[in-house]
Amino acid sequence: MATYLLRRFLIAIPSLLGISLVLFTVLALAPGDPFEELATNPNVPPEVRTALRAKFGIDDPVMVRYLRWLAAMAQGDWGFSFASRIDVDQLILQRVPVTLFVIGSSQILALAIALPIGIYAAMRPYSVFDQIANTLAFVGFSLPTFFTGLLFILLFSIQLDWLPFVYRSDISAEGWRWYWEHLRQAIMPIMVLGFFQAASYTRYVRSSVLDVARLDYVTTARAKGLDERTVTLRHVSRNALIPVVTLVALQMPAVFGGAIVTEQIFRVPGIGSLLISAMLANDTPVIMAVTFVFACLVVLFNLIADLLYGWLDPRISFG
Amino acid sequence: MTEHELRDLIAEVAEGRLSRRGFVRRMLALGLTAPMAGMMLAHSGVAFADATLPYKPTKAGGGGLLKVLLWQAPTLLNPHFASGTKDQIASRIFFEPLAGWDKEGNLIPQLAAEVPSRENGGLSADGREVTWKLKRNVKWHDGKPFTADDVVFTAEYAADPATAAFTTGAYTNIKVEKIDDHTVKITFREPTPFWADPFVGVTGQILPKHHFGEYKGAKSREAPANLKPVGTGPYKFVDFKPGDVLTGERNPDYHVPNQPFFDRLEVKGGGDAVSAARAVLQTGEYDYAWNLQVEDDVLKRMETGGRGRVSTVVSGDIEFIILNTTDPWTEVDGERSSVKTKHPTLSDPKVREAINLLIDRDSIQKFIYGRGGTATASFVNQPPRFKSQKLKYEFSIEKANKILDDAGYKRGSDGIREKDGKKLKYVFQTSINAPRQKTQAIIKQACQRAGIDLELKSVTASVFFSSDVANPDTYTKLYCDMEMYTTTQPQPDPERFLNQFVSWEIANKENKWLGRNVSRYSDPAADEAYRAAQKELDPVKRAALLIKVNEIFCEAHVILPLLSRTRVAAGASNLMFDHSGWDVDTWNIAAWYRT
Repeated sequence: MATYLLRRFLIAIPSLLGISLVLFTVLALAPGDPFEELATNPNVPPEVRTALRAKFGIDDPVMVRYLRWLAAMAQGDWGFSFASRIDVDQLILQRVPVTLFVIGSSQILALAIALPIGIYAAMRPYSVFDQIANTLAFVGFSLPTFFTGLLFILLFSIQLDWLPFVYRSDISAEGWRWYWEHLRQAIMPIMVLGFFQAASYTRYVRSSVLDVARLDYVTTARAKGLDERTVTLRHVSRNALIPVVTLVALQMPAVFGGAIVTEQIFRVPGIGSLLISAMLANDTPVIMAVTFVFACLVVLFNLIADLLYGWLDPRISFG
Repeated sequence: MTEHELRDLIAEVAEGRLSRRGFVRRMLALGLTAPMAGMMLAHSGVAFADATLPYKPTKAGGGGLLKVLLWQAPTLLNPHFASGTKDQIASRIFFEPLAGWDKEGNLIPQLAAEVPSRENGGLSADGREVTWKLKRNVKWHDGKPFTADDVVFTAEYAADPATAAFTTGAYTNIKVEKIDDHTVKITFREPTPFWADPFVGVTGQILPKHHFGEYKGAKSREAPANLKPVGTGPYKFVDFKPGDVLTGERNPDYHVPNQPFFDRLEVKGGGDAVSAARAVLQTGEYDYAWNLQVEDDVLKRMETGGRGRVSTVVSGDIEFIILNTTDPWTEVDGERSSVKTKHPTLSDPKVREAINLLIDRDSIQKFIYGRGGTATASFVNQPPRFKSQKLKYEFSIEKANKILDDAGYKRGSDGIREKDGKKLKYVFQTSINAPRQKTQAIIKQACQRAGIDLELKSVTASVFFSSDVANPDTYTKLYCDMEMYTTTQPQPDPERFLNQFVSWEIANKENKWLGRNVSRYSDPAADEAYRAAQKELDPVKRAALLIKVNEIFCEAHVILPLLSRTRVAAGASNLMFDHSGWDVDTWNIAAWYRT
């Protein structure tokens, strides 16, 4: 086990280096200039712009800049945002709580919907319930979040006037009202993301439960005279959910990464909206840091998924 | 418009026959800014008026929470680093300049006790010295008094190139001295007709010396106050999350009695313009939204709910088309559109004149921009008796056809005109933005009927407006026959705005396409008038010279102005607000209140 872990970590290092090199080069080659507003503003003499470029080292060759970035990153310096003139790690840390809350809740909601529906549908394949669940699941993941998001806003904010569609991270109310206000504004983004995710989870749960339900040991369990409830929950679901757990673990980086489109629509100040505004402002250090953190998380959660798999299914060993 | 005509107009204002607003409108039509118009009037003895919002509340506070929505989120709060309008708006809540510009171009004192004039001894006769008297009993948010030292320090801070302040241009050629604790004298190196730039408006916000003193120059980015502003403004800083939300609370020691009205203030950022308009006009979640570049039809539909209203103010932004007189398709010394080349057909003034006739400005305004712009054929179109016959704007396909026929351009078998084997086929480029693409389509249709073929090209805004030397699609490269965009006039003095019409500013490879003259057209007469304007102290004579520079380019049909854009904002129906096209939206936020 320990050697396996060590081996995996050693493999992770070159892959992360490779990822960072690719990211950095692509960003360096991309068009755009973080100081473009300076160039178009006749009030600013060109010297200021060149001085700024020199200060942030933008005119150096890509490899020099990459090595400089790598050295800084190794020392825990994530870079300095051109647009905000503060350190990038501060910017990212400010966004983490909201991202975790909104995206995390949406994942929980997705599981809360997908598990019971998927299992129930698979235990009665091709029943009316299964047909309806299937249809809804298809509808669910065919509708993009920007569409359902706007639909929700039109319905709940504009027509019915029930929910706000601008997410505020600084609600000043106290006590239960504070929780209520937070919940109220988070309902729509969580629902939009949760339904979308639930649709695809339902399909996975259903198909893996179907696979397991046909196995001999399930028939044996029924033959023993166990009631249907015990068979479903203890014998079928437990084994069927192993691939689902892996799937959820692989989704975890997305929880940190945020949801770019949905965050933009509801103005949720998450990491996704940080990334998109950094891209629009050509704020390369922020883009670089966010995408790199994302890459690290993907690598890490891949490892965790593999470990989880072995733990849930003892047949797999890490020899 | 000659100097004489300008003087007549000013006299009419002085006698009350012409309203101040009417005068400002006319100057706008001539390509001058409202602040410049105000300066002309002030120089001629018509004092600055006050077109700000009348303030009704009789005590400060009690207004609850004011919620402002900026669809581009502020990312920093140091006014001298603020590159975008969003940051300027956010920092103006906490910091104030000596004076700001109202919507009609009046200079309104903020941290100054009065606006300098010849009468009060603030302006010297040689145009080199300006003396500002500062307001007394103004306190910084931390309780320290505001004095002349802070003003002098701000100039040093911004002027230091190592600080890398975006406002540095306003402070580099001046000397600022403290006369006493509440008097500051600015000495310009040369006679400066437009003196209200340092310490005024967007570039002029005063920083507290006791917070920024140690962080001048290269250390500027380390100042804690960059993100936790301590200013003199109506609201005190509470919290800031860059790119998301900014909160403030009422400054109980604000230097204007009974202001501000609101107890707390929240500026939320992010999203897009349409949904920002919706949050104010339809759902009423927010009180104010800024820069609503949204089709007017959409705004009108949202307004029917009655929860909010749209407000527009004039600005110096002009949407226009450049006709390239150099050849964009031949490379000379590593650059296309070089001044050493000549465009095969667009260098013919007759063709340019015909294209100008093919632009249906009225329809563009009516169907696309609505309240967002006013059609303008040239910078000169108001008032009727000064309307130059040459520069009248008109849409006439027949006339265009006739001009082209007379000039010898014959229609080929494909319906496209040509002369000596050179076809009238052009690439027309602009940035991606729905109204611009619609405008392109309208112009293309009309051109087709006159035998001119336009190929429409649209470039992502972040590329089009970038200064990336390696990218061929930036607007300053002008690697196309025609292009369309808006020039903004963020600074109140039109002199810098008009340097896009002088020969030494032509964008080329040598200056990495940073030159301001994108059209590459030049005229010795325009150069001469511009140089004369730079030295001319009399604002009226100077205005006449600057107008001439403008006219030369419009008459040559190299620059085809389409619309003068307005700044569009939305406010809740019970919110009384005051925004200006010559300063940032929050310039007078202390006077906002709810009825």
